[in-house]
Amino acid sequence: MRPEKTNRGDFLKTLFIALSSLIAFSARVFASKPEDEAVQERGEHRWGMVIDLDRCTGCQACVVACSVENNQMLGGPEEASMGRIIRWLKILPKTEVEGRHIRQSLIPMPCQQCEDPPCTRVCPTSATFMNPEGIVGQVYDRCIGCRYCVNACPYTCKFFNWGEPRWPKDVEKPFNPDISVRYKGVVEKCLFCHHRLQRAKDKARAEGRPVKENDYIPACAASCPAQAIVFGDINNPESEVSKLASSHRAYKMLEELGTKPKITYLREG
Amino acid sequence: MTPGQLSTLVRPKPELPYSPQFQSGIWWETRAKLDPVESRILSPLVKKPNANFWIAVVILGAIFLWGLIAWAWQIKNGLKATGLNAPVFWGIYLVNFVFFIGISHAGTLISSILRITDTEWRRPFTRAAEAITVFSLPFGAGSVIVDLGRPDRLLNVILYPHFTSPILWDVICISTYMVTSLLYFYLALIPDIALCRDKLSVAAGPIRKFLYETLSLGWAGSEDQWKTLHKITAGMSVFLFVLVISVHTNVSFVFGLTTKPGWHTAVIGPYFVVGAIFSGVATVILAMIAIRKWFHLEAYLTESHFNSIAKFLLGLCCFWFYFTMVEFLTVFYGRETAHMAVFNAKFFGEYAWLFWTMFACCFLIPLPVLAIKKFRTIPNLTWLCVVINIGMWLERYTIIVPSGTRPYLTWGIGRYTPSWVEWSITAAWLSGFCLLFIVFTRLFPILTIWEVKEGMESPAKEKT
Repeated sequence: MRPEKTNRGDFLKTLFIALSSLIAFSARVFASKPEDEAVQERGEHRWGMVIDLDRCTGCQACVVACSVENNQMLGGPEEASMGRIIRWLKILPKTEVEGRHIRQSLIPMPCQQCEDPPCTRVCPTSATFMNPEGIVGQVYDRCIGCRYCVNACPYTCKFFNWGEPRWPKDVEKPFNPDISVRYKGVVEKCLFCHHRLQRAKDKARAEGRPVKENDYIPACAASCPAQAIVFGDINNPESEVSKLASSHRAYKMLEELGTKPKITYLREG
Repeated sequence: MTPGQLSTLVRPKPELPYSPQFQSGIWWETRAKLDPVESRILSPLVKKPNANFWIAVVILGAIFLWGLIAWAWQIKNGLKATGLNAPVFWGIYLVNFVFFIGISHAGTLISSILRITDTEWRRPFTRAAEAITVFSLPFGAGSVIVDLGRPDRLLNVILYPHFTSPILWDVICISTYMVTSLLYFYLALIPDIALCRDKLSVAAGPIRKFLYETLSLGWAGSEDQWKTLHKITAGMSVFLFVLVISVHTNVSFVFGLTTKPGWHTAVIGPYFVVGAIFSGVATVILAMIAIRKWFHLEAYLTESHFNSIAKFLLGLCCFWFYFTMVEFLTVFYGRETAHMAVFNAKFFGEYAWLFWTMFACCFLIPLPVLAIKKFRTIPNLTWLCVVINIGMWLERYTIIVPSGTRPYLTWGIGRYTPSWVEWSITAAWLSGFCLLFIVFTRLFPILTIWEVKEGMESPAKEKT
């Protein structure tokens, strides 16, 4: 028996409904309010950082603290020669020449934790995303290793595991148990020491109070001997970061790209 | 010629006993009078392939297997087996991706757009063009899969889709394109498979006989069937035309929608589309010249056919130059520091030799050869199409790699040399594509017989 023929009108109606819902859906996806605004309305914490380049001595204590804290691969000459060493926080050397006067500055560069991150937008699997507190995260177990986010990041602050990370025997023992060890083929990045935030939250919950601003700072800020790195809640106008960020020396890296980083630099005086 | 008349050419499956006929060195099994067009075009399917064919198959197959071994090596060691690094995160795998998707476009373009506009000279080219589409797409998609750090997680793109990602758009577009072009290719093939079923059931072995019988879907060439076929192919032609534009624009979006200097330009969409069609048409011409020579089809692939398609290629060449000029002039006048760094690397820096070779291959050499009638000969087209394809591969290379070496902030080593693994896989994909194509020419008619015959029945139109 032949199935009943579909009425043309019905078919067109269904098609119209399907198309308009598709358009409505994509409109929602594209035109939805930026996540940061929604969060700011909720009045939660928004973690940010100020790096005072006038105080920074370029000692790289933050680089070491970051890589130990986050179980980053050590890397050998082989990786170094191919530019495959992973350091979530790096020192960007910058040379400025004015006539005969040459000035070398060293800029500590963690992930800029953009408010409008180019990396999360392009990820095909949502492996990289922004959490409600503004931290741009990475789900290693979902990442397919396409390196699109790495290409989209104008700061080149995301890292790909080109091979299986290796450590000398003795270094493997004191791994930080709070943070997973990555494996080959996935992208990783600075997470503002998110595991420390988790700890602080657990502690606050045990004590029956909300998380306070000073409950946690990332490893780089903790290790800086010159106290050039200040970490805190940029949602709170009274916090030290907010005050420093309104300094006349304050600037954002590649501000013209509109990524709205949550890392603020204070220019050398 | 109406579909009704055509149907007499394709006989229903003959009943026994047959009366085999001896013509052009082969025994043909047929009840109907042998058609010279059919016997000529079908002859490669029944002639025993010579030694050269087997040598080609063995060499291409060996290269392909070698590439698979190289891929296995890469999976074992991770992408450190490649020459990729920070900040050149994408290399020749992505170049191959754009290249293969690019040549796939000519197929659909020639057969769909030229079928819509009923251009006469398309007739002998359509089948080969569609075959190129269908055979190059898997290698285009394969190039991206090879590039993944975790190819085993490929399905995550579908399981956890993120709709703002151009890669997801690409996955949707390219898979649609693959399915649709395969269908389109197959539909136009059905009448010819039925012809093989009817005419070659003795000459072809039992396996191929079974293949033809199954794949022809009981095509009997009735007026009804022709009407349906024409209706579907006409509808699909329009759909595919839209798809061709969207697919390659999406491929360009993967680059153009990031803020990377050198990639972030609005012209990259149409630039990629034109480049794709340019290299694709060159590939089709190359394939047709090879087929014409191997199978002695000079009568059906005439000088005038090649003359027409060469003029089409000339148009594409000029369009390509136009987009290149617009692109670089905009960057040059804008004078943005980061963009100029990429511009200088291409024009005067370490990529200058590649860039200018590319420019010569894509424009300076093809322009006079295609524009001057005296030079527009088949031997010239043969080497020219190779040159154009090399140029277009280099074009993608000079788009993707120099931008990688010049990020906004100066990190890393800023250079890139593809490793043996990358070259092996590139060679493998190219051989795999050629292998599929030459095997196809031995199994199915490489010229669309019914379309060629339609053209011969109306010689008045031939001149266009």
